[in-house]
Amino acid sequence: MRDESYYTTNRRGAKLNLQTIKQEWFGNIRGDVLAGIVVALALIPEAIAFSIIAGVDPMVGLYASFCIAIIIAFVGGRPGMISAATGAMALLMITLIADHGLQYLFAATILTGIIQILFGVFKLASVMKFVPRSVMVGFVNALAILIFTSQLQHFVGEGWVMYALVGLTLAIIYLLPRITKAIPSTLVAIIVVTAIAVFGNIGIRTVGDLGNLTQQLPVFLIPSIPFNLETLIIIFPYSLALAIVGLLESLLTANIVDDMTDTESNKNRESRGQGIANVVTGFFGGMAGCAMIGQSVINVKSGGRGRLSSLVAGLFLMFLIIVLGGIVVQIPMAALAGVMIMVAIGTFDWSSLTNLHRLPRTDAVVMVVTVVTVVVTHDLSKGVLAGVLLSAIFFASKISKVKVTQIVALEGSKKVYKVNGQIFFASVNDLLDKFDFSDSVKEVEIDLSYAHLWDDSAIGALDKIEMKFEQNNIHVTYSGLNEESKHLKKQIGGFSKASGH
Amino acid sequence: MYKKIILATDGSEHSKRAAENAIHIATCSPESTIDVVYVADTGHAKSDALSNWNSVDVNDSRKRRIREVEGRAKEAGVSYQIKILHGDPGPSIIEYANKNAADILIIGSRGLNGVQEFVLGSVSHKVAKRANCPVLIVK
Repeated sequence: MRDESYYTTNRRGAKLNLQTIKQEWFGNIRGDVLAGIVVALALIPEAIAFSIIAGVDPMVGLYASFCIAIIIAFVGGRPGMISAATGAMALLMITLIADHGLQYLFAATILTGIIQILFGVFKLASVMKFVPRSVMVGFVNALAILIFTSQLQHFVGEGWVMYALVGLTLAIIYLLPRITKAIPSTLVAIIVVTAIAVFGNIGIRTVGDLGNLTQQLPVFLIPSIPFNLETLIIIFPYSLALAIVGLLESLLTANIVDDMTDTESNKNRESRGQGIANVVTGFFGGMAGCAMIGQSVINVKSGGRGRLSSLVAGLFLMFLIIVLGGIVVQIPMAALAGVMIMVAIGTFDWSSLTNLHRLPRTDAVVMVVTVVTVVVTHDLSKGVLAGVLLSAIFFASKISKVKVTQIVALEGSKKVYKVNGQIFFASVNDLLDKFDFSDSVKEVEIDLSYAHLWDDSAIGALDKIEMKFEQNNIHVTYSGLNEESKHLKKQIGGFSKASGH
Repeated sequence: MYKKIILATDGSEHSKRAAENAIHIATCSPESTIDVVYVADTGHAKSDALSNWNSVDVNDSRKRRIREVEGRAKEAGVSYQIKILHGDPGPSIIEYANKNAADILIIGSRGLNGVQEFVLGSVSHKVAKRANCPVLIVK
């Protein structure tokens, strides 16, 4: 009987699963195919520009975008979200490539994927919720600033032509959508500026000057690095930073797509999916990537909802590179710099500036510290870490305020101390100061009805208070301990007093 | 005479005055219902997600914006429902009104974002041009 019911639910579950898969893939074929094509067109300049930021050939970013978009279509947890090579990740790998070379980047990409898979398997995606809002805002703002400053090098030693072409690129990007939204304005800007550069015979630096572009599909390769502990020590810090930053941006993007489409997504599955995509990408000569906020918004706005959109984006991207590779190398850097400036402006959370004075002071400080740390260290993960730590400190200091009120009872022979607040390592010093140990009373009652004991520091503090009173021959009693505090006190109470003296 | 009343709102002062008018019209006939429509602008998708990073529900802040309207409708005893749409404000409101065969659409003359509307042409202007029902623009 039980077996039979198990069987039916299982079969029904399987059927339901098949239906969801069908819905996620083919529920919106027309919208997904069109949106996928739009996304592929918008991906090309960004994939190339992010490669240049990282300091690698454009193919590394293009292969990454191709692989990640296709793999995520199958294994991601958020249908309709677009993942590819991103600026956040590119910025993290600059020094690894400069110091150790491309092969170490591929190895680091694979390790990044493995860490992300572990995150997903152990359902740690929700840990990302421990990153406070103000750190997230600082994160995107810092990312925007880094993307912008990474473009400044392209202006060094260039004349007015460079500035004029960047200005033209930005003008087309921002003004064209007023007339038509059918074609991505970034693509039109790139085509126009490239045409001007090619037909006007303007001697300006192009993508081809900064790296090679091969018109072929990526091939499987095992990174040619020594497989030893030394290599692991080199790549692990990079991989950990890449894994965390990738997951943060992916989960933020998933939230955005959830909201825009009014649907739910599986964050742990997405975490595993990002991992799998990065592992595969590393083996096919691509750099680590993650979800892209801008591209995902473009996808949803263009009608993309299902997994098909990401698959089409990846396939069409590769098709374009194979067909148009010869033209892509002629894109002037001015056009790409313009696109990147647009990406930076779009990434920055401008409302955080106008709201800064309205936020609680501590939140504003955390945001600013996150941004400053990133800008100084050029490392997004360090900024996040600094922000999280600072938030934790602020939180501890906020809840460590303990209120103690004294009541005199039994005609002056007894005193009641009412303690109100959280008693833990950060608040015990404050607590001790609030007691008058050289009192003339006979008896003291410590009322803990509105207090919570959290750790051994709390128990130690109570022991110390008791001891100091007893030195003055004042008897101490406790009242109103809640269950948890009672349990904790029984477990470790008296221990610190006995051992210390 | 107006059975299906659609009230477009963003929580701004103008939209609150629009709500007053909608409720007033709805109280004239017992069969009237108001659809309170709020559009979550996809242009603000990123900043919305950021400002709700630690909240349980993204729609919390949106519901807060229309709470005042909701309270007034309740007070007046008018039947209403709340709809949160996603997209560009103008086209989304027009599409909703036309699909749901609205008898009248009520909207504030300007929204929260005064400067942008000055440059781009206002949502209320678009709605007035393209909705298939009478439109009441409240100043």
